Amino acid sequence: MVRKVAAERKLWISRDYLKCSGCRRCEIACSLHHEGQIWPEASRIRVFMLVPGVEIPHFCAQCREYYCVNACPFEALSVDEKTSAVIVDKNKCTACGACIKACPGKIPHIHPKENYALICDLCKGDPKCVKACEKAGFNALRLVKEFPSIHRSLFARTPEDLTCDVAENLYAEKAEEVI
Amino acid sequence: MVGGYAGKFLEIDLTSQKISETRFPNEILRQYIGGRGLGTRILWDRLGSKWEEIDPLGPENLFLALTGPLTGYFHGARICITGKSPQSNGIIGSTVSGEFPIELKCAGWDGIIISGRAEEPIYLLIDNEDVQIKNAKHMWQKDGKTTLRILIKEVREELGKRYAKHGVLKEPGILYNGPAGDNCVRVAAVLQKWSHAAGYGGYGAVMGSKNLKAIVAKGTGPLPAVAYPEKLEKLLEKYENVVLSEERDRVRRWGTGYAGYEVGADRSSEPIRNWQEEWHDEKSIGGPRFDLRYWVKRYWGDYGCAITCMKLAVVKAGPYKGAITDNPDYELEAYLGPNLGVFDAGGIIYLSSLIDELGISGINGGNLLAFTAELFEKGILTKDDLDGLEPKWGDVDSLAELAKRITNRKGRYFNILAEGTYRAALKISELKGINVLPYAVHVKGVEVGAHGIRSDEDYTHDICYACSVQGGDHTSTVRDAYDDMNTVFHDSAVYCAVIAWGGGLDGLDWEFLKSITGWNITQEEWKKELSHRIIHIQRAAELLGGPDLRWNPSKDDDNPPRFYEPLPSGPFKGSFISKEVIEKRKQEYYEAIGWDRNGIPKSDVLKRLNLQDVDKALEKIR
Repeated sequence: MVRKVAAERKLWISRDYLKCSGCRRCEIACSLHHEGQIWPEASRIRVFMLVPGVEIPHFCAQCREYYCVNACPFEALSVDEKTSAVIVDKNKCTACGACIKACPGKIPHIHPKENYALICDLCKGDPKCVKACEKAGFNALRLVKEFPSIHRSLFARTPEDLTCDVAENLYAEKAEEVI
Repeated sequence: MVGGYAGKFLEIDLTSQKISETRFPNEILRQYIGGRGLGTRILWDRLGSKWEEIDPLGPENLFLALTGPLTGYFHGARICITGKSPQSNGIIGSTVSGEFPIELKCAGWDGIIISGRAEEPIYLLIDNEDVQIKNAKHMWQKDGKTTLRILIKEVREELGKRYAKHGVLKEPGILYNGPAGDNCVRVAAVLQKWSHAAGYGGYGAVMGSKNLKAIVAKGTGPLPAVAYPEKLEKLLEKYENVVLSEERDRVRRWGTGYAGYEVGADRSSEPIRNWQEEWHDEKSIGGPRFDLRYWVKRYWGDYGCAITCMKLAVVKAGPYKGAITDNPDYELEAYLGPNLGVFDAGGIIYLSSLIDELGISGINGGNLLAFTAELFEKGILTKDDLDGLEPKWGDVDSLAELAKRITNRKGRYFNILAEGTYRAALKISELKGINVLPYAVHVKGVEVGAHGIRSDEDYTHDICYACSVQGGDHTSTVRDAYDDMNTVFHDSAVYCAVIAWGGGLDGLDWEFLKSITGWNITQEEWKKELSHRIIHIQRAAELLGGPDLRWNPSKDDDNPPRFYEPLPSGPFKGSFISKEVIEKRKQEYYEAIGWDRNGIPKSDVLKRLNLQDVDKALEKIR
């Protein structure tokens, strides 16, 4: 059996849901950078709170399999060679939703006012969300440089799915009652 | 449109089910800003001419939920709840943190004005421009955690269908009340999340009286555009450098929860056993003790907040297993702890968790529980009166049961207690033929916050509650009719006051206002003119009062009787503020703010501020 090993280290945002304060300053930083406005639903990173206290920063996991890129019928998605982020070509994207369907975590979403999918592009290698999180010392998000691992796809999970795990961690048997 | 505002307010009459939108002229917005200020103006315009006749729990009252221009931009998002208060019969601006106001603004609304009364329990679903009245029978009388669970599931399913092509949407923002609100208990809060409450004012009861269980908002748009975006981004950075400095480390690390020990042990201003004492040296409570055993999230914040003074507490073992709440913050720590004779962190978390689930304000409700426990201690209320219940100091189980029975109003005395500390005290005095008013720690129907004045060591001094148009509200105390107007600004521009604590902001919030709205409002103009308009209207409403209670400044601009009893213990033993000092300070404050010797706003002052309508309404009580 031949094991595929990536040739070089790439960027990735590691995430620690238990450390997320729910301040959502990552959303603010992201939407200010990409949209020039504070815009929660247009942010590439979105913090879900399906149960109070269980805050889930939800954004592209850059799965090594790149299900979304492979599923795009219009070749609108590509992988940035330098960072390994998924890049959306706004002009080619038709907002058909194939990437959402393909993503195990239902992470991509369509821009609320325009016709293209939103996927974290790692801010060309300098992600603003990480800076906001680190600045406040929460460190729920950290920028790492590592060989793309199959482990990444473990983070491509739906908000509902992640919420169940984190809720149990925080609330033990009470979790079932509150979800 | 002025920057920072969505430009329109949602108007719903629950009686006729009519849904419409309202806009206010820029000049009104500039003068009253939003939240408490604008709410006061709206209430006065619509109800002022018949204020005394309006029953706060009747369909003619309004329920307002208003944002402000700073909401969502200045970190620490809040929304201001107001209406005619079933506690004071005046107007109280009561703010609560959480993401609801963000969703509301992103949906294109600055606020909501609700009138009338629905025939059956309902909730409102705001999905951008689309607004629907939905059935809420299946969540009526349900506790907070259950209500929220049902709503999130139900609304996400519906929005999931509507936005199927969009992908997965973030959850909506939810403003709701618990069973206490459903039953019009006058200490009922309006809540967000599980433990975030607009407690002062009793507006959960106003929601209940309208058969309104919740308001759910989903907005997919951006926050409204601002006047100077580049300036705002720079200000955000500047602001973060201030609030993330080491000076704020303590409040970031332990929230206000560090004060549970400190306020009692150091300042002698913490309520203990219904304010019979204000000093304790119980190291069993206080931030670090909660932290080590119970906190599962040490930094828990609402939208945009880097301070995160909230902490998530969970009891995982022992008799209170399963209790979940925030820290609790200082107020609940004190009011559901020492003030009930409870000095056990787990017990305090349990009571705090329960009070949230019932939809009771932790401060106002904690005050009410302690008042009841003292009457029981003194033998005025008996086991028979309380249908077998014996609420004793420190007995967490009986106090929890007391809270539940008050919520349900079942039983003669529980139904009386559900009217809040002051109204219950009046009724119990009448029934028992014993004056129990000396044990009611309130100012104008509003139970006093957990900061005493007797030691004079806290930020709360002499007339701080006595002359406040918000009664016992510790977040809006008075001092000099000038610098104390900052709190009116927090409530009107609508952002979290905790962030403004500790100095170092140096007027940064005013720069935010300028860069967001483009208005050049100086602190001077606010403190001398704009805020005074709001206070005078609130004062007029408070003095007109009715229909069940009216306030007389010579009697009611005063401290609770207990605050004249010398402190019985601790380093400040014997300390109290004399009636003479209070009377002198009262007259100084009246003079500074422009009220006559009887505490009524002066005619010429009102006319100068273009408040002729307020002046005219006050003629009948001059």
